[in-house]
Amino acid sequence: MTPEPRPSTAASVPPWRDARVLRVAAQVLVLVIVGVLVAFMVRNLMTAMSDRNLGFGFSFLNRSAGFDISESPIPYSSTDTYAKAFLVGLLNTLFVSFLGIILATVLGVVVGVARLSPNWLLRRITSAYVELMRNTPLLVQLVLIYFAVLLQLPSVAQTLSLPGSIFLNQRGVFVPGPQVGPNLPVWLGFVVAGIGVLVVARRFAKRREDAGRPIRGMRALGWLGLLALVAIGWIVAAPVTFDPPVRDRFNFSGGLALSPEFTALLVGLVLYTAAFIGEVVRGGIQAVRQGQLEAARALGLSEGDTLRLIVFPQALRIIVPPLTSQYLNLAKNSSLAVAIGYPDLFKVGQTMANQTGQPVPVIILIMGTYLAISLATSLVMNIYNRRVQVLER
Amino acid sequence: MTSQASPETLSPPITVVGPIAWLRQNLFSGWVNGLITVLIGAALLWLVLQVGQWAATEARWSVVTNNLRLFLIGQFPADQSWRVWLNLAIVSVLAGLSAGVYGQATRALAITLAACQLILAVLMIISPLGFLPALALSLNAAFVMGGFLVGLRGLIPRRPIAYAWLISLPISFLLLNGMGGTPLPSISTNTWGGLLLTVLIAVVGILLSFPLGVLLALGRRSQLPMVRILSTGYIEIIRGVPLVTILFMADIILPLFLPGEWRLDRVARAMGGVVLFSAAYVAENVRGGLQAIPSGQIEASQALGLSTTQMNLFIVLPQALRSVIPANVGLFISLLKDTTLVTIIGLMEVLGIGRAVLAQPESFGAYLEVYVFVAAVFFVLCYAMSQASYRLERALGVGTR
Repeated sequence: MTPEPRPSTAASVPPWRDARVLRVAAQVLVLVIVGVLVAFMVRNLMTAMSDRNLGFGFSFLNRSAGFDISESPIPYSSTDTYAKAFLVGLLNTLFVSFLGIILATVLGVVVGVARLSPNWLLRRITSAYVELMRNTPLLVQLVLIYFAVLLQLPSVAQTLSLPGSIFLNQRGVFVPGPQVGPNLPVWLGFVVAGIGVLVVARRFAKRREDAGRPIRGMRALGWLGLLALVAIGWIVAAPVTFDPPVRDRFNFSGGLALSPEFTALLVGLVLYTAAFIGEVVRGGIQAVRQGQLEAARALGLSEGDTLRLIVFPQALRIIVPPLTSQYLNLAKNSSLAVAIGYPDLFKVGQTMANQTGQPVPVIILIMGTYLAISLATSLVMNIYNRRVQVLER
Repeated sequence: MTSQASPETLSPPITVVGPIAWLRQNLFSGWVNGLITVLIGAALLWLVLQVGQWAATEARWSVVTNNLRLFLIGQFPADQSWRVWLNLAIVSVLAGLSAGVYGQATRALAITLAACQLILAVLMIISPLGFLPALALSLNAAFVMGGFLVGLRGLIPRRPIAYAWLISLPISFLLLNGMGGTPLPSISTNTWGGLLLTVLIAVVGILLSFPLGVLLALGRRSQLPMVRILSTGYIEIIRGVPLVTILFMADIILPLFLPGEWRLDRVARAMGGVVLFSAAYVAENVRGGLQAIPSGQIEASQALGLSTTQMNLFIVLPQALRSVIPANVGLFISLLKDTTLVTIIGLMEVLGIGRAVLAQPESFGAYLEVYVFVAAVFFVLCYAMSQASYRLERALGVGTR
């Protein structure tokens, strides 16, 4: 090997072959292209807006909205501001998404476990359900539930009654509504005491284990104590009572009235997303290796302990990331509410864009809000994900 | 997977013998299972009876069959509808040839295409559309079969078929859009509708978004911070907002962003929105494929002195793109389902036609019939494609090679 005199100084490399120069040049080029594109679009936007007398700015938010919103968790009237109307839309979106995520998770776990059932019929039925949901558009499901089912229910005079004071008619679904009683703090006291019992029991069990003299069932006893205290407190203090809907001459009062729009959206979102979550759960459980189960059995763990200590923690690690994207999908899909007239964020925003004649700031507002919801959801799920992941070396 | 199983991995001996034993093992293995079986069986029986009775006696399927033309091609002029069927014939022949030459997943797709056309032909005979389109569709199904047989003979090499697919795209566009001349008068896209529009938006969406998505994926993994930030920002923003908002933007804001003299029609705007939307998802799929490439490949190409462009073109992308095909088929399926959202901005794809049909006085109240039909159309298409994608995944050996 003869030592060649290598061109080590930067001066000997021409600038058009110098990697450092090229890197900067490429980035500048990209920036210029994007900049020109944006400038071109903004210039067109300015011309178009001045031609059509469209304004730009967010000052309209303080003006009176002048349109009604069919349902709202907070008091709202058409004299309120656009900002408040937007807030109502946002709250409706958050409400239906939150409820949908919880219900879809519960149903999805049931579906996922049922798809692994030893029962052939149950497996087939759930797999048919999953395929049906996954291969038809959510929007079609929503309009089917809304127009073909809920709006075809009998009129108020011929209301369908289901057991448990649930009533169905054209105006929606009426269910017993939870009423928070004055004794809530008493019950919360019971809950705190129960948690205390659990903590003490666990600490005691841990100390005995560390000392090498474990007591069997000490932890279970703690959980039993917690459950017993919570249940006794519930019976004694009755913190929440359920107020059944009462039939008036023309409608129902009391209880919780769910509009057909809300019901259709919630049911549609839950049924659709549960199919996807079911697949995620099934995949997660199946991904736990057979050897793990056999090892757990060989160690003498009971069936329940195997599931709780071996299968679920490992499955959860696989499940959480795809579950997060399903939650995000559900929140985004709630914007389909516009097709059935539920006043969610997008629907209210669309009305605002039409009324104010300022579509650009309104769409920025809508997209920004959805982005914030998505980011917040993935942030929470990422924190949870980090907690369930194994620390890798 | 080795072909010979070692003694340890032999599958357990078959213990089930006969239908009774099968029933006991799969349906009545314990009292809980027996109870579940009985309950579900009863509920299923009741449901099937109810639905069957409704579908056979009460449902007014004439609402669907009378409007079959609308569901298929929308307001496309009747005297020009041969252009759609001709287009379908080209696709049928190509699909048949591909099925013969490539086999595997394309075969499932070709079978689906032929079966769908046969089903439609049967539906057409009982609809006022009559005999001629039904004959055309049956002929198309025969084309699929013929193409398949020719392809199977190995008379046609693989490459020309790929080129033929490429050429068929502009031909399809010309056929549908027209050239303004006498043989092919221009047809306004406002008349496009039904299944035609659904499939067009989805196909255009996935095809045009593919190059954009590949660029974005490369940009996201680029060494240049500016490129990386811009690509990541685009991908994450698009993935964070619902498609409806993007379509809304494409419908109302996109025209404002373009010079006044560029007039985009509604369909083009919707397609633009779908392309911008799906590019972000394609990019994430491709990124997955890029990440799966062993770093040794990249190091080897650098050691050989390839430039970044050469490395991407000849080493990285060919491997990455092959492994993301199944994921992109999945994306195409969800895109096909998502095209229903263009009804919200007033386009007449299948669901939009369904709504228009329901607005006719003679189909008053036939919600269930119309929406069940629309759902069935999507189910057949999407289920067939998901099965094909599953086969494709195995054929390409994703994750095993």
